[in-house]
Amino acid sequence: MDTFGLTVVEWSRAQFALTAMYHWIFVPLTLGTSFIVAIMMTIYVKTGKEIWKNITKFWMTLFGINFAIGVATGIILEFEFGTNWSNYSWFVGDIFGAPLAIEGIMAFFLESTFIAILFFGWGRVSKKFHLLSAWLVAIGSNLSALWILVANAWMQNPVGTVFNPDTARNEMTNFWDVLFSPTAINKFLHTISSAYVLSAIFVVGVSAWFLLKNRRIVFAKKSMLIGAVFGLISAFYMFLTGDESARRVFNDQPMKFAAMEGLYNGEVNAPLVVIGLMKKTPTPENPNMNEFAFKFEIPNMLSYMAALDPNAFVPGIHDLVHGNDEQDILSYYERIRMGKLAIKALSDYKLAKEISRDREAQRHLRIFNENYKYFGYGYYNDPHHLIPNVPLVFYSFHIMVGLGTHFLILFIVVLFFLYKRDILKARWLNYVSLLTIPLAYIASQAGWMVAEFGRQPWVVQDLMPTLSAVSNIESKSVIVTFIMFAIVFTVLLIAEIKIMLSQIVKESKAEEE
Amino acid sequence: MLILRKILNFYVDGFRSMTIGKRLWLIILIKLFIIFVVFRLFFFPDILKTKFDTDKERGDYVIEQLTKEK
Repeated sequence: MDTFGLTVVEWSRAQFALTAMYHWIFVPLTLGTSFIVAIMMTIYVKTGKEIWKNITKFWMTLFGINFAIGVATGIILEFEFGTNWSNYSWFVGDIFGAPLAIEGIMAFFLESTFIAILFFGWGRVSKKFHLLSAWLVAIGSNLSALWILVANAWMQNPVGTVFNPDTARNEMTNFWDVLFSPTAINKFLHTISSAYVLSAIFVVGVSAWFLLKNRRIVFAKKSMLIGAVFGLISAFYMFLTGDESARRVFNDQPMKFAAMEGLYNGEVNAPLVVIGLMKKTPTPENPNMNEFAFKFEIPNMLSYMAALDPNAFVPGIHDLVHGNDEQDILSYYERIRMGKLAIKALSDYKLAKEISRDREAQRHLRIFNENYKYFGYGYYNDPHHLIPNVPLVFYSFHIMVGLGTHFLILFIVVLFFLYKRDILKARWLNYVSLLTIPLAYIASQAGWMVAEFGRQPWVVQDLMPTLSAVSNIESKSVIVTFIMFAIVFTVLLIAEIKIMLSQIVKESKAEEE
Repeated sequence: MLILRKILNFYVDGFRSMTIGKRLWLIILIKLFIIFVVFRLFFFPDILKTKFDTDKERGDYVIEQLTKEK
């Protein structure tokens, strides 16, 4: 049923996107600042200098505010699984159960125990134990993120599992295959390194504001130095893992890869579009309409990025939809046919089992197993519905990469001015640093948009599209909770910004050590 | 017992000496109330757990959903 022109699938997707994006405002800052605080405290414990104690306490307070406001916002996503996405929840239940249970235990024991020591421990526990707590909070926070990212990676590349047609659930065959799948490893490393970059920009940007106000100069410069060094190392790592992630996407999700580059017709020696403005994109009626208003390309770079071979063939969207015999690419039309066979075989298998026709059931099961790989395609008749929103994915990808490059350069320039020039006089640089804080959040959100919009319509790659994952519920109930979430999260975000700003202003007025 | 008392005192002293932390705890408690009481109880039932008693029924229902015409 449509409400305001949207179906329950679309409302449920919008709600999930809203909650996930709000949740991701809080998470990356926690992941990165926890390590930055641990590094600052290490310097304090090593040097014993009062200024490092004050620096640690200040950033720890901002970390604490963000942690407190953000904590438990992710739990709402799990509620949505049970209510809005019950088919999906059942389908993947065993796979999500283990990582999320480990996450819960880790988050509880590591974070909640040591975070109390971190905040209450000043002068109450030994310096070394206090420092150990800071590092354990950082490690604990990041390990918590590992498990949910492993679960997400499985959805992008379902490995280490087998589907049980009797229970309609995926069962884990090998925990280590799920945990150490290349997709999971890359997703985790790229996500946390991007979170570190965001946190480093936050530290550099807030420190730049102190310098612009001409307050706490030494305090701000030392903070900025830690932020910029941590950020620079993280940014290099972010690019390395991003590069590897692109290869994973090329192998596991070629449609997403093609959408990221707006590539409709596959080619060898494919160029990489560095900057481009899409003018017209193809439609089912006019599949060859693909125009860029302008684009700047690097020859052969996309082929190299995809396969480490500048002459490699990179399939475009048309190659995937219509197939390409020369490149051994199975068309979406064929996948749809196989998916329909799998769906029918599952239905027939269930029926045959119910009436105890075992031989017949085994025959249907064999057909099901032969075609299960493309199960999800069977819900569609038109393969064009299996193409994600190309301009949205293309721009999200290019915004993410473009801003990532800006962050890398910013860290280098900031460090140059800290060592070789007087950064206090470089007001332009301090303004750029300050204004880069919101850009870091935009880049971070854009990264998730590439990952999630790029894999549409799949909830579980090739196996379950959103339309079969959603619960059989009224869209009105989803709209009500969508509005409620929007209000609650906006209030939380305003509270966070207000409390943080008051703490930053308060610190700026304190006496220099 | 002495260790337990020390741990308890550590937390009690820590909470007492909080400044901004008190405001944050208030926000956390309100947020947890909204999430776990209002949202969970009134708006987010677990559909399959509410509708069915056994895993077999849940599995059959999901297969029916997965194999019906969309």
